[in-house]
Amino acid sequence: MSAPENLKFTKTHEWVRVEDDVVTVGIADFAQQELGDITYLELPDVGSSISAGEPFGVVESVKAASDIYSPLDGEVLERNDGVVDAPEAINASPYDDAWLIKVRVTDPAQIESLMDSGEYDTFAASAAH
Amino acid sequence: MTVSVDSLKQTALLDRHKALGARIVPFAGWEMPVQYEGILAEHRAVRTAAGLFDLGHMGQVEITGPDALPFLQYTTTNDVASLEPGEAKYGLLPNDAGGVVDDIIVYRAPAGNDGYMVCVNASNTDKDVAWWQELRGRRPDLDVAVRDVSPELGMIAIQGPRAEAIVKRVTDVPVEEIDDFSWRAGKVAGVEARIARTGYTGEDGFEFYAPNDQVGLIWDALMDAGQPDGLAPIGLGARDTLRLEARMPLYGQELGDDISPYEAGLGWAVSLTKGDFVGREAMAKVKQDKPKRRTVGFTTVGRTAAPRTHYPVAVGGVEVGEVTSGAFSPTLQQNIGLALIDREFAGVDKPLQVIVRGKPVEAVQVKTPFYKRER
Repeated sequence: MSAPENLKFTKTHEWVRVEDDVVTVGIADFAQQELGDITYLELPDVGSSISAGEPFGVVESVKAASDIYSPLDGEVLERNDGVVDAPEAINASPYDDAWLIKVRVTDPAQIESLMDSGEYDTFAASAAH
Repeated sequence: MTVSVDSLKQTALLDRHKALGARIVPFAGWEMPVQYEGILAEHRAVRTAAGLFDLGHMGQVEITGPDALPFLQYTTTNDVASLEPGEAKYGLLPNDAGGVVDDIIVYRAPAGNDGYMVCVNASNTDKDVAWWQELRGRRPDLDVAVRDVSPELGMIAIQGPRAEAIVKRVTDVPVEEIDDFSWRAGKVAGVEARIARTGYTGEDGFEFYAPNDQVGLIWDALMDAGQPDGLAPIGLGARDTLRLEARMPLYGQELGDDISPYEAGLGWAVSLTKGDFVGREAMAKVKQDKPKRRTVGFTTVGRTAAPRTHYPVAVGGVEVGEVTSGAFSPTLQQNIGLALIDREFAGVDKPLQVIVRGKPVEAVQVKTPFYKRER
């Protein structure tokens, strides 16, 4: 599946949807496929500070645990507790129902350094080999 | 570690796995399917219908000659003297210190044939054969030959409640007469094979040994015959969760050079009364003094991060051991694990904390196996 055009992406396979200075963060389809059946998710509390390139959560599949990295610096405004309770939603709907957190960005310039969907598709295709 | 794909060995069935859309990973020096549809779905298929496994990476060693039996008695832990032709027994290949070089199944050849075949773990095959050769040198009084036949033999397993019904469609051998831990020779899908009622999933089922260049015919016939029953190809991922629920040990996790069988909970696979064998003295001492550590089963309390191999285990904030295997159990829908811990803390219903990424997760010790099929 091609990455949705309205999203930005990290090299660690997180996606970001930008709405002014608030971004929604999730896990890209390529990453959920690589992980396989997802069984557990750990997310930060609302009000936590997160930093670009640092882990803010953990996703576990039957096989392994993986860090989820923050695309940007910011403060967690909202957390998707529905997906914490039913993390298999990440496998089913990585770009819609299974968003993870909403973040108020402290340095909007960082958004520019993320990949657009075309760049990300190329990147993910090379990571698959 | 990066493994170059060129250096990996391939089973005779690799192209079939790729055509089925499997994800292929390096495992024990082989290119193996880790999953096809997904671990949870594959696990469920084996528990409720049947699953087909390519075990071409597993090793097989023939031990033949007039003194094959005394040699096996000397070099393995279980008593195989009672095996009739066509019977098999689980056992261990010990080291001198009373630890374990590998866990094995010893098959006595079916009637009309001589000798034994031992099925060993893929990653240990070369090491096992070298150790047996060394032990052969230690016993010049025994007339025996040790031969690695893995390169010639393919291996497939079919496991699950529908396994017998499916197998009956591709062979005239009366497989319902094959008892647990027995095997016989016969044609399966037109291929001369050995059909064993053994497995590594906690379900009923069969393992087939057949020449590498023909094993694909058995795979294809079973895939076709099993379709109405929901037979699914199963990767190594589900193989691991299946065996863990059934509390079957995995070498390198529950078993190793520095773990006594009595610590691993495998004292039942050691016969101290059959006569001398490699490592016997050290094992007898561990049993006499009681093992310092025990392997215990546990589940975590509530929805938590999963325990994984080598995570520390604590009691009251003090480290008492580590997780040997852990996973989300698809059947129980909760996390399960095995841990090797100091004996004084072992006991059903006693608490443990598994340290996951620096944070304690509450766990409680439970009886094993975690899953047992209804008979």
